[in-house]
Amino acid sequence: MVVNGREHTREIEPRLLLVHLLRDELGLTGTHWGCDTSNCGACVVWMDDVPVKSCTVLAAMASGRRVRTVEGLEGPFGLDQVQRSFALCHGLQCGFCTPAMLLTSRWLLDHNPDPSEGEIRSALSGITCRCTGYENIVRAVRHAARSEAGS
Amino acid sequence: MQVPAHFEYQRATSVEHAIALLTRHGPETRVVAGGHSLIPMMKLRLAQPEMLIDINDLGELAGITVAPGVLRLGAMVRHADLLGSAQVGALLPVLHDAERVIADPVVRNRGTIGGSVCQADPSEDLAGAFCALRAVAVIRGADGDRAVPMREFFTGPYETVVGPAEVLVELRVPLWSAGSAYLKVDRRSGDWAVAAAAAAVATGPGGVVTEVGIGLTAVGRFLAEEAEDFLRGRAATEANLVEAGRVAAQHCRPTADQRGPVDYKRHLAGELTTRALRLAVERAA
Repeated sequence: MVVNGREHTREIEPRLLLVHLLRDELGLTGTHWGCDTSNCGACVVWMDDVPVKSCTVLAAMASGRRVRTVEGLEGPFGLDQVQRSFALCHGLQCGFCTPAMLLTSRWLLDHNPDPSEGEIRSALSGITCRCTGYENIVRAVRHAARSEAGS
Repeated sequence: MQVPAHFEYQRATSVEHAIALLTRHGPETRVVAGGHSLIPMMKLRLAQPEMLIDINDLGELAGITVAPGVLRLGAMVRHADLLGSAQVGALLPVLHDAERVIADPVVRNRGTIGGSVCQADPSEDLAGAFCALRAVAVIRGADGDRAVPMREFFTGPYETVVGPAEVLVELRVPLWSAGSAYLKVDRRSGDWAVAAAAAAVATGPGGVVTEVGIGLTAVGRFLAEEAEDFLRGRAATEANLVEAGRVAAQHCRPTADQRGPVDYKRHLAGELTTRALRLAVERAA
């Protein structure tokens, strides 16, 4: 499996879930483990360039595929724009949902560079913010979109 | 931590390979597609297969094709792909209506239409839609393909006609309807339906309904043939659409649970049937 551009090889049990492989075997604890029932979305990572809930993907099913976690969001020139915008707009409080929000927002902006508020809320609807900080999260995504349009 | 019981895992390289593996390893073997129904059930130990056959590499099952008079959907079409197809939305808006209210966008990236119908959850949204459209399931086994109408596909809650050594490969949706719609009431966004209704109509001169399909979700049965029989051949007037809803409500079989009592669900089934029919007729115009 290639995680954040780096190849990893492990012998694993078929029942190991992707979220636990990432956290416990590879030490990538930025992927959070939340409800364990594919509701809360804290465990979102990209698999082959698409956001998925890693508590509901067997690690074996990700074998041979590309995985991107929040640790792989940063580019050669520093933090990704969505990371900067979440920091600037106070798009996080406790931070538990933040990695999933960041990865899903990045995917949204890659496919829709100028999303409306409704489109942002819809795209992020599979992720629960326990702090209910949605206003600032949506504002942060809009900020990232504007910043990228202007750069 | 929720962890599935032990099982063996193998990836299929073709449908034939999957069927051979299912045949060799016996009835405790399960096919896993998107895994968004099966893996949660395995984590809760409600399902304990001894072996999983992963069919995610089978690109041959992921096609969306419009042929004359029929839409062909591979069983591995992801919910997001069905919703992303403008052609599907234009031909059969009922499928986009239903997809928009299935779980959330991240789940829809992974879950498949074949997995959804094979799970046969009584609250699953696509079952009623495909029944309304009179879709046909193509099921492959060692002896070849067989075609089963979706109206005969479900044999009970979480049970289908797909045999232990068979794989659902395709859904064929005939393009007879001129308008279609799906409406759902849920407690919160992306939840299972309290109740929902799918409608598809074809109309002729004078606004007469020449053919109609109605499917229901979460009210005990996916079909509402009595309401279809009432409406077929009658004009698509407001009074007739209301009466069709009343007939659908009368014949559905909801059970009381944490989502609501029987009379509330029956009311919803009727009202949603009428509203879905109304929208389908509007779209047919």
